[in-house]
Amino acid sequence: MAVAEAFRPPRSGRHLTGPDVPRRHALDGARAAYEHQLLLYRRTWRGSIFGNFAQPVLFLLAMGVGLGSFVDRAGSSAMGGVPYLQFLAPALLASTVMQGSVFEATFPVLAGFHWIKRYHAMYAAPLTPYAIAFGQLAWIITRATLVGSIFTLVVIGFGAARTAGILLAIPVGTLTAVAFAAPIAALMSTQRDTAVFNSIWRFGITPLFLFSGTFFPIEQLPEQIRWIAWLLPLWHGVDLARALSLGTIGDQPLVMLAHVVILGAAAVGGTIAMFVMYRRQLQR
Amino acid sequence: MSPSADSDRPSLIHARGLTKRFGSFTAVDAIDFDVAEGESFGFLGPNGAGKTSTMRMIGCVSPVTEGTLRVLDLDPATDGARIRGRLGVVPQQDTLDTELSVRDNLVIYGRYFGMRRAEAGRRASELLEFAQLSERANDKVEPLSGGMKRRLTIARALINEPSILLLDEPTTGLDPQARHLLWERLYRLKQQGVTLVLTTHYMDEAEQLCDRLVVMDKAKIAAEGSPRELIERYSTREVAELRFPVGVQEGLDGQLDDLGERIERLPDRLLVYSDDGEAVVAAAHERGLRPQTVLVRRSSLEDVFLRLTGRSLVD
Repeated sequence: MAVAEAFRPPRSGRHLTGPDVPRRHALDGARAAYEHQLLLYRRTWRGSIFGNFAQPVLFLLAMGVGLGSFVDRAGSSAMGGVPYLQFLAPALLASTVMQGSVFEATFPVLAGFHWIKRYHAMYAAPLTPYAIAFGQLAWIITRATLVGSIFTLVVIGFGAARTAGILLAIPVGTLTAVAFAAPIAALMSTQRDTAVFNSIWRFGITPLFLFSGTFFPIEQLPEQIRWIAWLLPLWHGVDLARALSLGTIGDQPLVMLAHVVILGAAAVGGTIAMFVMYRRQLQR
Repeated sequence: MSPSADSDRPSLIHARGLTKRFGSFTAVDAIDFDVAEGESFGFLGPNGAGKTSTMRMIGCVSPVTEGTLRVLDLDPATDGARIRGRLGVVPQQDTLDTELSVRDNLVIYGRYFGMRRAEAGRRASELLEFAQLSERANDKVEPLSGGMKRRLTIARALINEPSILLLDEPTTGLDPQARHLLWERLYRLKQQGVTLVLTTHYMDEAEQLCDRLVVMDKAKIAAEGSPRELIERYSTREVAELRFPVGVQEGLDGQLDDLGERIERLPDRLLVYSDDGEAVVAAAHERGLRPQTVLVRRSSLEDVFLRLTGRSLVD
């Protein structure tokens, strides 16, 4: 085959200089970056979706049904008089979605900057650092929503949803995910390996998972340290998702509003940090 | 010495006083050059000379610290993304997606440029043919050889039919056979009128591919011209390389100095520059000197570099 077909040199005078070089919308670039993630997911989606089903099934069986039968026997007044399974399920949804998003904000980001250098390939093309960050964040949001939706299906299957409000726990889970994933992606853009991630997981995410009111109400914590829950971003998502599912959202409307505001602030702040860091890391 | 090439052709890249600093370190120090349409232009120099920093500025991924740079008559500071839309970039280190297939690497790259999926797919097939990778289209990238990865990277850079193809050290790390195959592909592009801009520290690569080049050393441009011109200007037609037994070279005491126009003392041999290398060898023999090995060759860009900087290109 002739090279002429492989490469058609620009017609003289056309798209060589200024005005003929097309301008593209920033969102076109973000869409291409997002599409790249979809293409990658096409290879692994079966295993990934299976895991997203299996995890809530196992947790709800062990903790909700197994442990729950003991808890309920002792009386569930501390849980507001609802069966433990229904108390646990929406909270576990928020926690699980958050955990997954932390992974989505770590490995793809390290691969983008260092391991595979996808971001550098994108930046050599017309994508801007913001478009690259946007595409990655959009993918994190997609995955969080997908994990939350699958979780909800399992919750409904277990009869663990008290009201249809469980459906609103899905966006709460996604918001919680962004509140975590965006700042972690910003941090990971400065890292070359997973050392910091390992510390975050051990000393940050795991304690949060255990002590943010998912498995027991924070009122069970000693009074002196209960205020810490307000500082732990996960609790806001957990409490909100639970109130939506149990239909108790009207009991403390101001607290619920505060949850949304705090999660929203973390998500917006984290997103700004992520965008700024992506630009700094790529444009040198 | 004028930095502009043929003035009747539009300048696709125009740099004056182009400077890049990282903190207190100056990577590129006020260099001037122009690249004309259809030209094949090279930056020749050792590692650390500032070639990659220059390429990254041209590629609009690294902001200019000082000076003027215009690419395709646009300013990289304000129109970076538009310019990148008309460039093809082959970076020094491959940035292929090793988790995707060969073909998907091309198609998704086409999508970065806003090509429709069908169009990107068609173009991918053409380029796979050009890169001699059609048989591997559905294979993963990871198991490909270094040369194949490089060809795929070049194919990927051509997906948008770029106005300029930027190649940073295109054959570094490849075995000779893979290098020659790559040169042959690049030579075809050159003949098609593609504007090539490349960096290299291989003089044979520069001689094969560049119509015109600048020799870079320590962040500055040391000389500019066609390979032929540079050799004529800075070297003689031939070089006699004389290698003496260990210890003898130091004791020669300038006995050869008048045999050529110039002499370079390398640790392991003497280079005598003269338009007639055989005559140098004959004269050395007449003086009773017995070098262990003798090589008479034509001057190369390596000699130009040695003359300009007192150092070898690849050390």
